Amino acid sequence: MNQLILRNRKKDYGMSIRIVTFGILLLLMSGAAFGQKPDRSSPPPLGFPGTLRLPAIQKFKLSNGLPVVLIEKGGVPIVQINLLVKTGSAMEPMDRIGVASMTAAMLDEGAGSRTALELADAIDFLGARITTGSGQHTSVIALHTPVSKLDAALPLMSDIALRPTFPAEELDRLRKERLTSLVQWHDQPGTIASVAFNQTLYGSRHPYGIPSLGNEQSLRTMKMSDLKHFHETYYNPNNVTLVVVGDVRIAEIQKKLESVYGGWKGRTTASVNWTDATQVEQRIVYLIDKPGAAQSEIRIGRIGVSRMTEDYFPLVVMNTILGGSFTSRLNQNLRETHGYSYGAGSFFDMRPLPGPFMAYSAVQTNVTDSALSEFFKEFGNIQKSLPNEEFEKAKNYIALGYPDNFESVSQIAGMLAEMITFNLPDNYFNTYVSQVLAVKKEDVERVAREYVLPDKMAVIVVGDRAVIEKGIRGLNLGTVQVKSIEDILGKPPKL
Amino acid sequence: MKRLLLILFLPLVLRAQEVNLSVPYERMELWNGLNVLLHEDHTIPRVSVNMWYHVGSGHEKPGRTGFAHLFEHIMFEGSGNVPEGMFDVWLEGAGGDNNGSTNTDRTNYYENMPGNALELALFLESDRMGYLLNAMSPQKVDGQRDVVKNERRQRYENQPYGMVWIVMAQNIYPKDHPYSWPTIGSMTDLSAASYDDVVEFFKKYYVPNNSSMVIAGDINIEQAKAMVTKWFDEIPAGKPVEPIDPPAASLTSEKRLVMEDRVQLPRLYMSWLTPPLFTPGDAEMDILANILAGGKNSRLYKRLVYDLQIAQDVSAFQSSASLSSSFWVMATARAGHTLAELETVIQEEINRLKNEGPMDREVQRAINQFEASFLRSLETAAGKADQLNNYFVRTGNPDYFNEDLARYKAIGRNDVQAMVQSFLPDGARVVLSVVPNGKKDLSAAGSTEVKP
Repeated sequence: MNQLILRNRKKDYGMSIRIVTFGILLLLMSGAAFGQKPDRSSPPPLGFPGTLRLPAIQKFKLSNGLPVVLIEKGGVPIVQINLLVKTGSAMEPMDRIGVASMTAAMLDEGAGSRTALELADAIDFLGARITTGSGQHTSVIALHTPVSKLDAALPLMSDIALRPTFPAEELDRLRKERLTSLVQWHDQPGTIASVAFNQTLYGSRHPYGIPSLGNEQSLRTMKMSDLKHFHETYYNPNNVTLVVVGDVRIAEIQKKLESVYGGWKGRTTASVNWTDATQVEQRIVYLIDKPGAAQSEIRIGRIGVSRMTEDYFPLVVMNTILGGSFTSRLNQNLRETHGYSYGAGSFFDMRPLPGPFMAYSAVQTNVTDSALSEFFKEFGNIQKSLPNEEFEKAKNYIALGYPDNFESVSQIAGMLAEMITFNLPDNYFNTYVSQVLAVKKEDVERVAREYVLPDKMAVIVVGDRAVIEKGIRGLNLGTVQVKSIEDILGKPPKL
Repeated sequence: MKRLLLILFLPLVLRAQEVNLSVPYERMELWNGLNVLLHEDHTIPRVSVNMWYHVGSGHEKPGRTGFAHLFEHIMFEGSGNVPEGMFDVWLEGAGGDNNGSTNTDRTNYYENMPGNALELALFLESDRMGYLLNAMSPQKVDGQRDVVKNERRQRYENQPYGMVWIVMAQNIYPKDHPYSWPTIGSMTDLSAASYDDVVEFFKKYYVPNNSSMVIAGDINIEQAKAMVTKWFDEIPAGKPVEPIDPPAASLTSEKRLVMEDRVQLPRLYMSWLTPPLFTPGDAEMDILANILAGGKNSRLYKRLVYDLQIAQDVSAFQSSASLSSSFWVMATARAGHTLAELETVIQEEINRLKNEGPMDREVQRAINQFEASFLRSLETAAGKADQLNNYFVRTGNPDYFNEDLARYKAIGRNDVQAMVQSFLPDGARVVLSVVPNGKKDLSAAGSTEVKP
C-alpha cells in the first residue's frame, strides 16, 4: 500500500481556485520494456497525481438582491442552472405533509401563458430539461440545456419559478398519481424497510419521520391554497440562490439572468421550530412480514449527526471503512466472505438537523439471522483499534477520488448546492482534500465509539416471517415486534 | 518522476449552429490482436480504462445460462500476481473505482482513477487477462455463485414485476436462440457451473484477440501506449473466436400470456422483434419510442396517463443488440381499470401511427432531444470511453458520434410510419399481462397463463 504524504504546492494559475496536490511516496514511473516480461511481483508504483483546476467560483447579485453563484466551465457546450430554494418538506406544518413536494411538482403543470402540455412541448422541443423537486431542506428548479438553446429555455424556466398557474385539474391528476404511488409502495420491500426505519427513528411528529410525498390523509385534504401559500412564502429572491455551471461567460449570463429574474420581488420568509426527535436508547427489532419474500431487506441504525458536526471528516473516513466503499467491512463480510447478499453498506445522511446513520443490505431469506449477527460483529469490530493500512486506504480513496465530483456540469452544480445549503466557506473545495488527509486515526476510532452504538439501534427487517422469525428471536438482540406492511404504510388508499 | 502535462483540450468543435461531435482518438493494435484506443481529456485529473470482451450471455452453452455474468464476477477475485481481494484494495487505495457489466453481446470492465494510477489499472487488467487461471479455485467459483444468486434474488425475484424479463425473453425468442435466456441465468444452471467451465470459458473467450480496450482521460498518449505494450504484449493470442450466427429470430404469431405476481396493480407488456443495433430501422424505433412515451405530449402518455388517467405510467423503448432488437411498450393500470382497457388505447395509437404517421413536430422534437443527449454523453471520460469501445466493436469506427447522430437527424415522419407498419404487426408479438394474485380477470383478453 502506498503511503500518502501531503505536500503543498502553491497555486500557479490565477484562475485556479483549487489545487489538489498529493505527494505520494513514489518511485520512477517505469517505461516500456520491449521484449522482456514486465515485473509482476508487486503492483507498479503510482506516479504523481495530477491537479484539478476548477475555474473560479464567481458571485454576484441581481438588482433585486438575488444571489448568483457561477462557474464558467468550457468543454461541452451545455449549461446547468439550478434555482435553489432553501426550504423543503421540513418546513411543512404537521397537517400539511407533502405540500413542499406537491408545490414543486405543480410548478411545471402550467406557468405564464402556457398550459402543462404547452410547457412540456416547448421544453422538449429545445432538447432542454427542466426538472422540479424538493428535499427536506431545499426545493429546486433545474435547467439543463445546450448553450445554443439557453435564450429560449430561460424564459420557460422563469415562468415555472415565478408564474406557475396551479390549475385545479392538474392538482387532481397529481393527487391521484401520488395516492397510487402509495398503493405501489406495498409491493416494494426496500421502500417499506426505509419508511419503517425513518418512522422508528423520528416518529410521526418529526419531518424526517414522514415520507416527503405525504400520506393518504394529507394528500386527500391538500388544497391549492396550501401550495400557493408555500410558493409565495418560500420561492422568493430572499430565500433563493441561482447556481450556474457551464459554457457561459459572466457578462452575458448576468444580463440574461437579470432580464428574467431581476424583477422578482422579495418578501420575508417564515421559520418553523422543529420538535427534537428522541434518540434510540435501546435495541429494538421490527420484523415486518412479507410472506414468500426471496430476500430480507435489513436496515439498522440510529439518529446520526448534523452536517455541521465538527466530526464531519473523521466520520466520513470511519464510514468509508465500515460500509462506504466496495472494500468496506460490511460489504466484504456479507458479500465476499459469506455470500449472503449482493451488497451491504452504511452511510451517515448529514442534514441541517441530525439525519440517520443507517447500515443496510438485502440478504437471502434463510440466512437472515446469520446476516444480522455479522452486522453486529462489524459494529463491534469498528470500535477496536484500526489497522494503519486500512485507515490510509480509506483516506486515499476519499481524497484522490474527490476530483470525480467535478466532471459534469450537474455534478459541479450539486457540489455548489451543498456549499450553499450548509454555508460552507468559499475555500471549502480547496481545503477538502487536506482536511481528509489531516484526519487522525484516533479521531476515527473515537467517532466509531461515539456514533456507532450497537446496543442502541433500531433494527428493521422486511422478510418472510415464517422462515426468519425463530432465528431472529434466537439472536436475543432485544425486543422483537412483529408488524404487518399495513402497520407501516397504512391500508393501500382506495381510488 | 513524470508529471503529466496539462493541456487545454476541447473535445468538441462548434461550427455555427451545427454541433459537430468528434472524439479524437489514437488506435494501436498489439501483435496478439488486442485493439487499444486512446483519447485525451484533461478536464479533471482522472482516467478511465474500459475493457470489452466480446462475449456475453448469447455465447453460453445449453445448461449454463448466466455463466458469462458469473464469470464477470470471478474476474475480480484475483489473478496470478494479484492476491484475492487486492484488485479492489489496490484500486481504492489509489482513489479508484471499478465495476463490470454483462449483456447478451459483450462483457465490459472499467476502472476510473486518478491519471497517475493508469499503470496500476493496466497491470490489474493484463494480469487477469494473462494469469487468471493461476489463481482460480473451485472455492472462488462457489463464493461468487452465492453472490450472483443473491443478485438474482435482489433484482428479479424480490422485485415487483421482476420475473417479467425472464418470462418475456423465453417468449419473444425461439427456444434455441441465444437471446431466449436471461443474462442473469437460471438458479439451476448457476448451481451447475463448475471450475472446469471457468477454465474452458476463459481459454476460449478471454483472449486479447477477442477484446478491445479504451483509455480515456488525463493521459499522455505516448506514455500510455508504452505502458500498454509493457503489460499486454506478453499475453499470447488465443484461437480466433467464431461469431455466433443463429438463424434469424422471428415471431410468427401473437402470443397472449398472463402471469400472476405479488403486486397491487396490473401491468401490460407488449414486445416485438425489431432491427438489430445500427441497422436500418433501429434509430427509427428510438424516435418512435419517444413519440409514443417520451414526455407529457407523447401519444400514449397523453392519452393513458394525462387525459384518461387510467394508467399510472407508460413507457416505450427499443432494446438494441447485435443479433436482434426488441421494441417494448409497458403500462401500469390504475386501480379499477383493466389491462384490456389499456391495450385498446395502445392499439388505437399504434394504428393511428400506421395509418397517418406522426406529425413533423413530433419527429423533430424527438430528434432535438437525441441531439442534446449526445452532448450530455460527452461530459465524462468514462462515458466517452465506453461509447468509443461500443462504436469500435459495432461499426469499426470508434469516433462514430457524428454518424450515429446523423442516423437520427435524417429521419422524417414517413420513415417512422413505414417502420411502425413493418415492425409493429398485430399478428407477431408477445402481449403479457401481469396481474395481482387471483385477479386474472384484469388481464388483456384471451391470455394463457404462464408461470415464471
